[in-house]
Amino acid sequence: MTTETVPARTGEVVLLVGTRKGVFLLHANRARARWSLDGPHFLGHIAHHVVLDPRDGRTLLVAAKTGHLGPTVFRSTDLGKIWREASRPPAFPKAKDAAGGRVVDHVFWLTPSVAAEPDVWYAGTSPPALFRSEDAGDGWRPVSGWNDHPNWALWTEGGKDGTPGGSLLHSINVDPRDPRHLYIGLSGGGVFESTDGGGDWRPLNRGCEATFKPDPAPEFGHDPHCVRLHPLAPDVLWQQNHCGIYRMERPQGIWERVGERMPREVGDIGFPIELHPRDPDTAWVFPMDGTDVWPRTSPDGRPAVFVTRDAGRSWHRGDAGLPDEHAWLTVLRQAMTVDAHDPVGVYFGTTGGEVWASTDEGESWTCIARHLPHVFSLEAAELEP
Amino acid sequence: MRVSIPTPLRSYTQASEVEATGATVGELLTELDRRYPGIRFRMIDEQDAVRPHVRIFVNRESVARLERALAPGDEVQILQALSGG
Repeated sequence: MTTETVPARTGEVVLLVGTRKGVFLLHANRARARWSLDGPHFLGHIAHHVVLDPRDGRTLLVAAKTGHLGPTVFRSTDLGKIWREASRPPAFPKAKDAAGGRVVDHVFWLTPSVAAEPDVWYAGTSPPALFRSEDAGDGWRPVSGWNDHPNWALWTEGGKDGTPGGSLLHSINVDPRDPRHLYIGLSGGGVFESTDGGGDWRPLNRGCEATFKPDPAPEFGHDPHCVRLHPLAPDVLWQQNHCGIYRMERPQGIWERVGERMPREVGDIGFPIELHPRDPDTAWVFPMDGTDVWPRTSPDGRPAVFVTRDAGRSWHRGDAGLPDEHAWLTVLRQAMTVDAHDPVGVYFGTTGGEVWASTDEGESWTCIARHLPHVFSLEAAELEP
Repeated sequence: MRVSIPTPLRSYTQASEVEATGATVGELLTELDRRYPGIRFRMIDEQDAVRPHVRIFVNRESVARLERALAPGDEVQILQALSGG
């Protein structure tokens, strides 16, 4: 595979932590050996995703709501010194028949578009709808090609598939070669692709199982937990699915279950998947127990991160420093991230409020924060001098 | 008229009570949103329904419709229920 070569980053790493009770920032020193906690910001707000725009290194967006107030997006254009609320948060159009109108419950996922589209962001919500901002997150408009697609209700089961917390649109990926080429993930519904900027969509689920369906290989209705597109190899997609770990090469467009090569006693069920910023054959996952009634905790109470460095042909366990027993960790789909240093830093946050860091690409681990609220999301941001 | 503001919305108003005008509840909320941008959408969804944990009372009578007429001197209370942990 030929890929562009990019240098490792050397700036200060900041972890943006979105939790059930607010936003926290974890600042690293140069060696990434010491971490200082800043926060809480927006204490009491549910922060599903906190993202720094890598195109300007200054614009931060927070997908927020409280348990009882409507959803919104908070934004800062100065790295969090001053926060303002989006003037027009993601919302459906007012329906002629109010009883039939859809309502955004919460904004779940935020993705900045690529460099060719400065100030463009996408947001995924529950119910599973897509919104676009062209002014750095201040005003949001529905992507009607998806939200009003004739098959939307069919593909999303009416947006009411019963996922805890609501049916979700997540994993918005923009092809760096062509910003009109978009991928999204639906839990449930599957992976979908648009090649015309969101005007029309088609399912992209061939090869992926859906063992919870009567037809185990349907065209749609799958449950991708997290889908990643490598920016240097955008013809390769990775997916941590409800039914395993998958990889796809375009243009064949068939998912291959590379997780079958994981140790059988661990399995290949989990929520997040993260890619190496410079090596498209390297990916990390955090396996969880998908047996019996699906505890979705570390298998056997022994947490580990697994890495493949050969496009899924083999997997290696990394658990030094992690508890070796009685640790029933759950890591959600947005709660694992990597930085762009050399060696790459790998990080995950747990629903029990811990954040763990590895500065040797997942071999050994240190707990850098504990006693935080339930962690929804973790993003590594690089602050250049 | 006087409008009381629940604590979760005071980050917008910086006050527990504000003075505002409007011929209807909807107009009153539009006026509040003009002065305190964003406050309306936290209470009222995009289909103009009052969000499930928000209640609006006019002279201590619960109001569900934004078309409810208001008169000078009416007392408006916006309350928010809490549940869960």
